[in-house]
Amino acid sequence: MSLDAATVRRIAKLARLHVAEAELPRLADELSGILGWIEQLNEVDTSNVPPLAGTMQMALRLRDDVITDDITGGGRADEILANAPGRAGNFFTVPKVVE
Amino acid sequence: MPYTIEGATGPWEVVIGLEVHAQIISEAKLFSGAATAFGAEPNTQVSFIDAGFPGMLPVPNRECIAQAVRTGLGLNAEINLVSRFDRKNYFYADLPSGYQITQFAYPIVGRGAVTIELADGTTREIGITRLHVEQDAGKSLHDQDPALSYIDLNRAGVALMEIVSEPDMRCPEEAGAYLTKLRAILRYLGTCDGNMDEGSLRADVNVSVRKPGENFRTRCEIKNVNSIRFAMQAIEYEAKRQVRVWEAGDEVRQETRLYEPARGITRSMRGKEDAHDYRYFPDPDLLPLELDAAWVEQLRESLPELPDARRARFIAQYGIPAYDAAVLVADKSVADFYEAVAAGHDGRLAANYITGDLFAALNRTGRGIETTPVSITALRELLALLKNATINGRIAKDVFEQMVETGEMPSAIVDRLGLRQITDTAAIDAAVASVLAANPDKLAEYRAGKEKLFAFFVGQVMKAMQGRGNPALVNEALQKAL
Amino acid sequence: MTDLTDLTLADARARLRAREISATELTEAHLSAIAAHNPRLNAYITLTADLARAQASAADAALAAGNAGPLTGIPLGIKDLFCTKGVRTTAGSRILADFVPPYESTVTANLLRDGAVFLGKTNLDEFAMGSSNMTSAFGPVENPWLRRGSNAALVPGGSSGGSVAAVAARLAMGATATDTGGSIRQPAAFCGLAGIKPTYGRCSRFGIIAFASSLDQAGPVARTVQDCAILLRSMAGFDPKDSTSADQTVPDFEAALGRGVRGLRIGVPTEYRVPGTNPEITAIWEKGLAWLLAEGADIIDVSLPHTKYGLATYYIIAPAEASSNLARYDGVRFGLRDAEPNDDLIGLYEHTRARGFGSEVQRRILIGTYVLSAGYYDAYYLKAQKLRALIARDFTNAFAQVDALLTPTAPTAAFAMGEKMDDPIAMYLNDVFTVPASIAGVPAMSIPAALNQDGLPLGLQVIGNSFDEETVFAVAAALERAAGFAARPGQ
Ligand SMILES: [Mg+2]
Ligand SMILES: [Zn+2]
Repeated sequence: MSLDAATVRRIAKLARLHVAEAELPRLADELSGILGWIEQLNEVDTSNVPPLAGTMQMALRLRDDVITDDITGGGRADEILANAPGRAGNFFTVPKVVE
Repeated sequence: MPYTIEGATGPWEVVIGLEVHAQIISEAKLFSGAATAFGAEPNTQVSFIDAGFPGMLPVPNRECIAQAVRTGLGLNAEINLVSRFDRKNYFYADLPSGYQITQFAYPIVGRGAVTIELADGTTREIGITRLHVEQDAGKSLHDQDPALSYIDLNRAGVALMEIVSEPDMRCPEEAGAYLTKLRAILRYLGTCDGNMDEGSLRADVNVSVRKPGENFRTRCEIKNVNSIRFAMQAIEYEAKRQVRVWEAGDEVRQETRLYEPARGITRSMRGKEDAHDYRYFPDPDLLPLELDAAWVEQLRESLPELPDARRARFIAQYGIPAYDAAVLVADKSVADFYEAVAAGHDGRLAANYITGDLFAALNRTGRGIETTPVSITALRELLALLKNATINGRIAKDVFEQMVETGEMPSAIVDRLGLRQITDTAAIDAAVASVLAANPDKLAEYRAGKEKLFAFFVGQVMKAMQGRGNPALVNEALQKAL
Repeated sequence: MTDLTDLTLADARARLRAREISATELTEAHLSAIAAHNPRLNAYITLTADLARAQASAADAALAAGNAGPLTGIPLGIKDLFCTKGVRTTAGSRILADFVPPYESTVTANLLRDGAVFLGKTNLDEFAMGSSNMTSAFGPVENPWLRRGSNAALVPGGSSGGSVAAVAARLAMGATATDTGGSIRQPAAFCGLAGIKPTYGRCSRFGIIAFASSLDQAGPVARTVQDCAILLRSMAGFDPKDSTSADQTVPDFEAALGRGVRGLRIGVPTEYRVPGTNPEITAIWEKGLAWLLAEGADIIDVSLPHTKYGLATYYIIAPAEASSNLARYDGVRFGLRDAEPNDDLIGLYEHTRARGFGSEVQRRILIGTYVLSAGYYDAYYLKAQKLRALIARDFTNAFAQVDALLTPTAPTAAFAMGEKMDDPIAMYLNDVFTVPASIAGVPAMSIPAALNQDGLPLGLQVIGNSFDEETVFAVAAALERAAGFAARPGQ
C-alpha cells in the first residue's frame, strides 16, 4: 500500500499531529516503506484463524462497587489539577469550544 | 390513522429510532473508585484513572455490569455471556484519554423489545437492537469566560448504558411513549434514576422521512435531547424540515443536529462536521468480559415486578380499568403509592382518587408524588371515612381539597368543619318537608309524571343540609314524601 | 577491598545484613560513580540523590533494627517510564518533561516496600519506542562498552538504554526496565547484562506509562541472573489495580537457580537460523547449546513456523495500541502545552503533540492511526491479530515438546550511534529475535554469553512457557555458570 500526501494529511489530522505541508511527501514515502514491508503478512492465509487481542488466558476481573480513597478514587482535585497547563479555580481550561 | 406530514408532493412518513444514554445507578464509576453523586464541586470526584493520567488502568465495576444485565433482562433481551470493551478514539476537551471505553463489536445485551401504550388504548412493540456499557465523558462549560471553555471531569468515567432501538417508531407520540416506558422500566429495575434534568437519561433521536412504501432515506441524529417533550417537538420540527429539503429538490445530509428548545428548532452542530473515523479496537487494558450463566440467572430471579406485569396484576387484583392501571404503573412511585393506599380498601375508589383528584392537585401545585401533600395514611383515612359512612362522597371531595391545602388528616378536617354525615331521619324528614313546601310548582310537575325532577329534590335537600345528608336516607325519605 | 559498586546485588545484600557495609556507604559510592560517569553516559534523566540518601539512612535503621526487607539498602535505577510519586517522570519525552506524578507505580511501590533505594530515573527511548536509545528527548545514552581499539560511541540498545548503561557502568546495582518487543533483552545483550521480561501479567502495569498495553511488561536488568531473580521477586505480584495482572503467587525465583538443566528439553527454533545472520551470533548460539548439552539437557529442534512474521505483526499491533495510548497527551490535564497564541482547541492539540513528540513517536502514531482507520482495520490490525494467534500457537506447540527455547537475543552486537538511524526498518530488525516472545506473552531472558571479536558482549535468549520463569532462571543460571562471563566495560 502506497500512501499519498493526502492520506498522510488525513491521518495526521485524525491523530491531531500538526504536519507541515512540505513534510507530507517525505512522511508518505517513509510510511509507505513501512507499510509495504508489513504487507508480507499477506503471504499467510488467515481466513480460518480467530484474532488474538492479548495473551492472558483468563476472564476479566471485576471490582466491587465501592468508593475508594486510595489512588483509584476521587476526592483529590488538587492532585488532579496540579499538573494542568491551563487552569481556572478547580477547572481545567482550554481555548473556547464552539458546539 | 397513520401519522404523516402532508407535503406539496403528498404524504410523508416519519421514521424514528432512539439511542438512549442511561446513567447506571452505582456508588463508584465504571472503571475507578471515584464517586458518582450529582452536583459535586468541579473535579472533586475524579480519579487519576478517570482523568486519563499516564500509567492508569481501568478495572470494571461489577455492579455496573450487573445493572446492565438487569436492564437487558428487563427489556426481554438476549444477554451475551461474552462481550468486550473497545476503544472509540477521538479528541475532545472533556474526553480525557482521547478515547471512550465502550462496547462496539460485542455488546453485553442483544435484541429485545419494549411494549408501548398509546393514548388510543392500543399497544405497539418497539424493537431493541442492543444495549452496551460505556463510560461517560466530562462536562465543558462554555459560558464562564469569553475565551475559554472550562472542563469538569466529575462525570467522566461514570457508567452509562446506551440503549439502541430499532427504527420502529413512526410518530412523535410513539417516541414519547417509548421514552416514557423505557424510563419506567429503568426506574422499576433501579438501574437508572431516569432524571432527565440532571442528564441521567439523554436521548439521541434519529429521524428520517420517506414516501410510504419507500426504503429508508438519509437520517439526521439530534443529539442529547434532555426531555421527552423536547424529543417529540424536535422530531416534529426535524421531520418537517427534511420534507422541505426533499421537496425543494435537495438532499438531506447525514449529520448531527442540536435541538434548541427556546426556538423550537434543530440546527446543524458545528465542530461535529469532520468525517469521524473512530478507529475502534479492543481495549488492550481489558480482557473479554465473561459472565457466569448462573449469575445471570440469579439476577433474573431477583428482578422486581416490571410495569407490564404490574399493570396486569392491578387489573386482576383491584378490578380497575386497563387505562387507570396503565396510568398508575407508568411511574413506580405512583404505583407504590397506589398499592399502599388500596390495601384493604376499594381499589377502584383509590384509583379514582389518585388518578383524578390527587393528580389534578399535584398538577395544579407543580408537585410530584414524592412531595405529595396528601399522605398515604391521610388518603387511607379518607377512604375509611367514606366506607364507614362518616362522610359521603360529595363531602369527601371538599375534605380532599382541604387536605391538599392544609395537609391535615381528614378526620380532623371533618371535625373542625362539622362535616359528619347526618343519619338522623327526623332531621332528614324535616329538610324534605321544608324543600317540598318551598317548591310547590316542581312538586306538582313531579306528581304529574315528570319523574326526572327527583334528582332536583335530592339536590335541594342535600343543599339544605349543607351536603351532609346520608344520600341513601335522603333518597328514602324523599321517595316516601313524594 | 573491591569498589562497593562492583558488588553483585546478592553480595551487597549479604554484606548489608552482616552489617559489613552500610546502605549509606553503598548509596554514596553509587552517587559518586554517577557524578563521575553519568555526564558521558547520560544514563540518568533525573537524579534523586537526596531521596536516595534518606532512603539509605532509613535502610540502615531497618538493618540495625534487624527488620530488613529483601532489598533493604540496595541502590537501583528506575526506568523513567515508571511513575514515581513526587519525582518527575518523563517517558523520555518533551511532552512529559515537567510531569510530576502524584502516585507511585505498583512495581516501584513493591521495590520501596522491600527496602530499595532509588538513585534516579533512567533514560530511555521516547515512550519506550526504539532499540537504540537515540530517540530520547533528553539526549542519547552512550553504551559504556567500546569496540576494542575504537572510541566511537555505541548505542546501549533500547528502549531501556539508560537502565542497562547505568547497571553496566556500575551506576546502579540493578534497574527496572520494560519490554514491549525486546526493550529489556536487546539492551541487556548490548551491555553485557542479564535481563528478564517475565510472562505478560506477572508484573503489574499500573503506573507504568503505556506504550502498547497488550505487550508491555516490566522486568529487571542486573549483572547476574541471581540479581535478576532477586529483583523480579520483589517487582512481581498480583495487583487488583491492573485487570491484566495474573492472580498467581510469585515463586522464589532464586531457589530455581541451582536446579540445573539435567533432563530438561531445550528447543532450538529452526526458523531463528535466519540466512545471513552474523556468524559470531550463530557461533555463540551453538556454544550455548553445547553448554546445555554438556550439563545434561536434551537439545531438540522445534519449529516456530510464523517467526518470520513476528516483526511485521508487532509493527502493526504496537503502533496501533500506542496511537490510542498516547492520545491522552493533549496539553489539557498534564504535560506540555505548546500552542500558537490564536490556536483553537484543535490547533492546541496539533501543535502541542507535534512539538511534544519526537519523530519516531510521531511515525508510530501515524502508522498506528492508519492501520486502525476505516477501510484498513481488517487488512492490517485484524490481520496482525490473526498472525498473533498463529505465533502464540507456535509457542504453545513448541512447549508441548520442550521446556525452554534457546536463541540469540539480537542479530548484532551494539552498533555505533548514527548507524541504522535513517532506515526505520533496519532499526526494527534489532528486535527480530525478541519480538515473538512478546507477541506470545511468554517469559524470556537475555544473559551475556561472550564477547565478539570487537570485544563487545553478545547475549543468548532463554524463552520459557507462560508463568514458568523458574525454568528460564534455571537454564539462564546454567548458561551463566558455563559461560563464566566476567568481562566488564572499560577494561
Ligand atoms: Mg451513539
Ligand atoms: Zn454512547
